[in-house]
Amino acid sequence: MGHAASPSGFRYIGAKRRTKEDPRFVTGRGRYAADVALPGLKHVALVASPHASARIVSIRTDAARALRGIHYVLTGEEFCATTDSLPIGVDAPKVRRWSLAHERVRYAGEWVAAVVADSRALAEDAAELVEVEYEPLPPILDPEQAMVDGSPLVHPAYGSNVILHRNFVWGPVDDQFAAADHQLEFRAVWSRSATVPIETFAVVGQWNPGTEILDIWASIQMPKFPDQTANALRLPGNAVRVHYDIDVGGSYGVKRGLKHTVLVGYLAKRLGMPVRLVEDRLENMRGGDMHGPDRLFDMKVAFDRDGTIRALKIRAVDNVGAYAGRAPFQLGKPVSAICGPYLIPAIAYEPVAVLTNKTPQEAVRGFGQAPTNFALERTMDRVAQFLNMDRVALRKTNLIRKEQFPYTIPSGSTYDSGDYHTVLDKALAAIDYPALQRRRDAARQAGRLAGIGIATCLEPSGGNSAFEPLLNSKNQTTTWMDSCLVRVDLSGSITGIMGTSSSGQGHETLVSTVIGEILERDPMDIRVVHADSLNALPSNSPVGSRMAIMLGGAAAGAARKIKDALIAIAAHNFECAKEDIAYRDGNASLKGVPEKVLTWGQLVEIAHRKFHAMPPDIEPGLQAKFVWEVPTGGGLPTPDGRIQIYPCYAFEAHIVYVEIDPATAAPTIKQYICGHDCGVMINPDIVHGMTYGGIAHGIGAALYEKFTYDDNGQLTSGTFMDYLIPSALEVPPIRIVDHCTPSPLTTFGQKGSGEAGYLGAPAAVANAVNDALALLGVELNELPLSHLAIFETLCKTTLNKRAPNKRPT
Amino acid sequence: MTETLYGISAEVNGTVRAGQVVARTSLVDWLREHLHLTGTHVGCEHGVCGACSVMFDGEPVRSCLMYAVQANGHRVTTVEGLQRPDGQLSVLQDSFCETHALQCGYCTPGMLIAAQALLDANPRPTEHEIREAISGNLCRCTGYQQIVEAIALAAQRMGEDAT
Ligand code: FES
Ligand code: FES
Repeated sequence: MGHAASPSGFRYIGAKRRTKEDPRFVTGRGRYAADVALPGLKHVALVASPHASARIVSIRTDAARALRGIHYVLTGEEFCATTDSLPIGVDAPKVRRWSLAHERVRYAGEWVAAVVADSRALAEDAAELVEVEYEPLPPILDPEQAMVDGSPLVHPAYGSNVILHRNFVWGPVDDQFAAADHQLEFRAVWSRSATVPIETFAVVGQWNPGTEILDIWASIQMPKFPDQTANALRLPGNAVRVHYDIDVGGSYGVKRGLKHTVLVGYLAKRLGMPVRLVEDRLENMRGGDMHGPDRLFDMKVAFDRDGTIRALKIRAVDNVGAYAGRAPFQLGKPVSAICGPYLIPAIAYEPVAVLTNKTPQEAVRGFGQAPTNFALERTMDRVAQFLNMDRVALRKTNLIRKEQFPYTIPSGSTYDSGDYHTVLDKALAAIDYPALQRRRDAARQAGRLAGIGIATCLEPSGGNSAFEPLLNSKNQTTTWMDSCLVRVDLSGSITGIMGTSSSGQGHETLVSTVIGEILERDPMDIRVVHADSLNALPSNSPVGSRMAIMLGGAAAGAARKIKDALIAIAAHNFECAKEDIAYRDGNASLKGVPEKVLTWGQLVEIAHRKFHAMPPDIEPGLQAKFVWEVPTGGGLPTPDGRIQIYPCYAFEAHIVYVEIDPATAAPTIKQYICGHDCGVMINPDIVHGMTYGGIAHGIGAALYEKFTYDDNGQLTSGTFMDYLIPSALEVPPIRIVDHCTPSPLTTFGQKGSGEAGYLGAPAAVANAVNDALALLGVELNELPLSHLAIFETLCKTTLNKRAPNKRPT
Repeated sequence: MTETLYGISAEVNGTVRAGQVVARTSLVDWLREHLHLTGTHVGCEHGVCGACSVMFDGEPVRSCLMYAVQANGHRVTTVEGLQRPDGQLSVLQDSFCETHALQCGYCTPGMLIAAQALLDANPRPTEHEIREAISGNLCRCTGYQQIVEAIALAAQRMGEDAT
């Protein structure tokens, strides 16, 4: 599928248009999983481990069972014997995991028992009466410590805490290091944070013994969710029906409550009652298993005195927590853009995933790319500082040039298109960079700490998880398709059907816009529905910034089939070749004879009622399905670990200005601009909205958010009082400067944008704070650069400064 | 253990609603679970996120921090009560749609309540006043930008209507 030459040639795509979804949300008519009220609904409360590591000696449930209104108390003993363990991504089958712990708990907050009652309050009362006797074991929390022989093992049966460890070398790394004028090395730390949607995870399950179907309503954003639920419950796939018409209250990667759903499915079937589990906030933060990467980067860079980067060595150690689903793969996606937007010919990459007694991780927006971009951009600033070179000039020296696309990076992915220099220049012009520098310098003169941060980053998009076979040779997944079905009913109304749920990305707007574009019908009149998983089409869900590309491409493909059928019907009735038909606004006429026309209504009627007027090779009824494989997908890695992962690469150039109050150490973002090129935007308001949101989230990761633990492995930031999500006062007004370099690989030239903003904001903000601190000769490379961390740094430097003046005592 | 039931009656979105609750039932649970007004959302249940905001006698409150019995004899407005009497979107709701001030919609009911309370008290807020007024409502999707734009647009439109 080629893209149209000019984005401006579209009728609906790219125009400012209201979304289809917003009206139902502003009237309170969204339907979220917690809103599903079924007659006789029962409620689940959980008993969670207070210990980070312990042996379960005994569980007594009689007191809990004796309460009125209590229907069941389930423990791991029964559950693990009757269900299968949840899937694991890397090749470590002995790291097994169920929804409920059995014999051993491996993190504080891990679920030990589940209580079902008439109300959530009663279930919580009973949960408090479940008596669990533990034998505490020493926890291991530090990943580097956990790698040392003799450290406590999180999964003794597995025999090590290292669950993934690879060494990739792409290109002549050692030669480049030997030949380079300079090299430097440093450590950058990305602390554990997450997307933390305002809606916690919720799931409702109902088993129908008559049909033998388990119905699931869940706030889910997850590929292969129905299949994995069925597998764990030892049910055939067609016995689980996931209702994808549930609105999801934010996800950005993490809404993957497989363990919640398997538990609820089990209870619903076991009890023959509809059952609901809604996490409370502490359960979500502690035991919801939705933390993001927790990563140490040891960076080594080789470069010449003119600023040319020759090679990188990256060691990334991620603390994945107590169990591992797909989380270690978050070290894999960055292989897709391991050199960022730069011409770096040789790279060594050593990803290590380590088990500890922290909460398990889940996929977080960008799937490991944002931490990698942070480490890369800190590296660029360090090199610039070392060479005393302007940071913009250094980046421009190394950015891939427009004429070099398509450009294949050392690790095997080919970047589809881009014009990085132009996007950076547009951002610099829009913020008036010389004026910004003057503003910073004036602030410094006035005694304030002020800094400018720049980050030029990539957003790989099109969600193709080819990192799976790269990191697990037993996994041969090479398709990551998505699909759409378009039907035109007898009244001539169009319906687009998709096979997954949405969590705010505006897929109904996307699909209707694309179908409207192809069929030349008003998108506002096109309905889009989410089929349930038994009616649904193959989908891999909205992960990896893929839906504009994949669902958009599938919707276009299906709509084109409808259009072809309409043209064929007209050609048959006019007894002419299909090429002689002119299609306009849904009507088909004989070229050059405009009065010879079959209108939309007439064509639809032929397709639905008049078989005698149908061409012989066209099915009656107007319905078409299109399943699209990821463009460039389908390949397995080479023996030396090169692989095309994502198809499309969007680019973002962030420029941010920060001032730090010298008295309180509070950082304030005063100006923020983001140059952004994600190809053709299907709905600019949606793209901009996700980019603003991604930047806000990135500001959180850079300055405020961290899942902190004490030495015993207790999460100490389990509420919104101590896990700080930026409010409208911390997030500044943001200006986005658009640029459009169409992708040659997609239907309309679009690229993904669901992770936009977040992939560059933490790097840019960290660079700005460090530019401010550079005046004092100090550097902070551990996120978040919290108010406290800055304060402590300022105190130390002030003390150091004062030290020589101190009188000897 | 049997809990005592208390009878309550409150004017909810212009209609008197009565019911029986146990003392520990929160206002948000009464609205959502008993009255099936699920437009009001729950994000934290500890008073920080603002997703549960409703109008209580015309003032915005966090319904997760109140007991249902406290609403006895009072007036509550939820997002379901923000539309115009003829069922059309209010100026504020329409402005949210115009600027795409939401994505997943989860924080939106609380945001609308906070914004409506601001505009009731201050019809011409500055950008900073808008940010301050919604700073007790967390949104994880939008970065607030299009929400601020929506509220400014609503203020402008209401001002035009008034003149
Ligand atoms: S749910 Fe009430 S403030 Fe968060
Ligand atoms: S729109 Fe999703 S949290 Fe605000």
